[in-house]
Amino acid sequence: MSLVKQDGEIRLSPPLTDEDVAQLRVGDHVKFYGTMYTSRDAAHRRIIAAIGEGKPLPYPLEGQIIYYVGPSPARPGRVAGSAGPTTSMRLDPYTPPLLARGLKAIIGKGGRGSEVKKALQQHKAVYLIAIGGAGALLSKTIKQLDVIAYEDLGTESVKKLEVEGFPAIVCCDMYGGDLLLEGKEQYRDQAVLGDYVSVPPAEKAG
Amino acid sequence: MATETNTRVREIHVDDITKKVAELCEQAAHVLPDDVVAGLRRAERSERSPLAKQVLVELLENVDISKREMIPLCQDTGTTVVMAEVGQDVHIVGGSLRDAINAGVGKGYTEGYLRASIVDHPFSTRVNTKNNTPAVIHAEIVPGDGFHLTVVPKGGGCENMTKFQIMLPGRGKEGITEFVLRTIEESGGNPCPPLVVGVGVGGSSEYAMFLAKKAITRRVGEASADEETAQFERELLEKVNALGVGPQAVGGTNTAMAVNIETYPTHITSLPVAVNLQCHSARSKHADL
Repeated sequence: MSLVKQDGEIRLSPPLTDEDVAQLRVGDHVKFYGTMYTSRDAAHRRIIAAIGEGKPLPYPLEGQIIYYVGPSPARPGRVAGSAGPTTSMRLDPYTPPLLARGLKAIIGKGGRGSEVKKALQQHKAVYLIAIGGAGALLSKTIKQLDVIAYEDLGTESVKKLEVEGFPAIVCCDMYGGDLLLEGKEQYRDQAVLGDYVSVPPAEKAG
Repeated sequence: MATETNTRVREIHVDDITKKVAELCEQAAHVLPDDVVAGLRRAERSERSPLAKQVLVELLENVDISKREMIPLCQDTGTTVVMAEVGQDVHIVGGSLRDAINAGVGKGYTEGYLRASIVDHPFSTRVNTKNNTPAVIHAEIVPGDGFHLTVVPKGGGCENMTKFQIMLPGRGKEGITEFVLRTIEESGGNPCPPLVVGVGVGGSSEYAMFLAKKAITRRVGEASADEETAQFERELLEKVNALGVGPQAVGGTNTAMAVNIETYPTHITSLPVAVNLQCHSARSKHADL
């Protein structure tokens, strides 16, 4: 078990199990302790290619955590520069194959598409949001940062992070819940919006 | 007597421009303008969702940490958009204005430990230029002998949500309202709300887009000088905040801190509308040389 409830907060450390993920619900505040791996667009393209060619991956996926981040360079004497999340939607096409290989938690910002949400349910995994644009605050929780693969990609290289108390909010749980859709519905004021109607995501996709 | 004309020309050396641009890049990345901080505070006080309120508290904390410890507000230190208003009585000496601005951006991003996010060969190899150059430069010639610089580091998350449409002229306020609301709702958390919404109305296609970009550099809380436009800004802000998207799209009553509209006369057949969103880290720095 890598989920601990302590002092009113949920603490997560990898490796995460199905049982850990089953305890998480939309809107839960969690704090991460331990290892997470960074990957963005370019690294995802290479990882998916490696899977296709049966080549070794830069880090293990089973029970692990990916954080979508490309930090700014660290000043001398510092571990990390600014390190907030990037837009997750761009990584949607690459995500289901990683979940199928045991990835348990993803941290980014903004919503996920229906294919990712289905894969989270199918493979018992969770998507969390860190606060976008809070890069200085999040940087303070990073205690170690090592580039472990694809160094040529610069800010987009794969990094292994050791974090202490990295804060995130559960956005999509393994039960199909979606914080962003539920939150919007709760605070929407149709009387002020008048004639304006939303286009449901399904209609747009179709 | 013939009317007096100003024959005096003020010289500005490119080295001074480079130095100033570098300073502005570093400051913009670490110190959020007072008007934006005030906007975030107002949002935090008025927010009805407890979760969204917590997000806003942490964003304000981030502002303090960034300034105190010189860690950039956001890791995405943007495409560097530089707007230069150059007086027609100014003579730039020692080299090219464009090179001077780019040298300043390169210096500011390298020496300031800011992220290099610009890639060349955009549709093929996408090779990082390593120092965030070239900047996107808009130079305007204005009367007088002043030289005003605005540096806007524009993040990718919000810039990617930009929308443009040429509407039927009769669509008017109603068409613009629907377009703005849809753009913001469908962007969700991607552009990092609470936003500064820039709307450019009129001109030609590229000019409407420029107006929208200019609109996001207007101070948060400063209304349009035109009363009809100011009224429309207030109406739109109320509606945007009724969408329920909220800070970081977790649901809430503060989706935008401001809606700023800039207009320009346009063609009889046309109603160009550009929407450019700016994230809560609405960074910009100004200076006069």
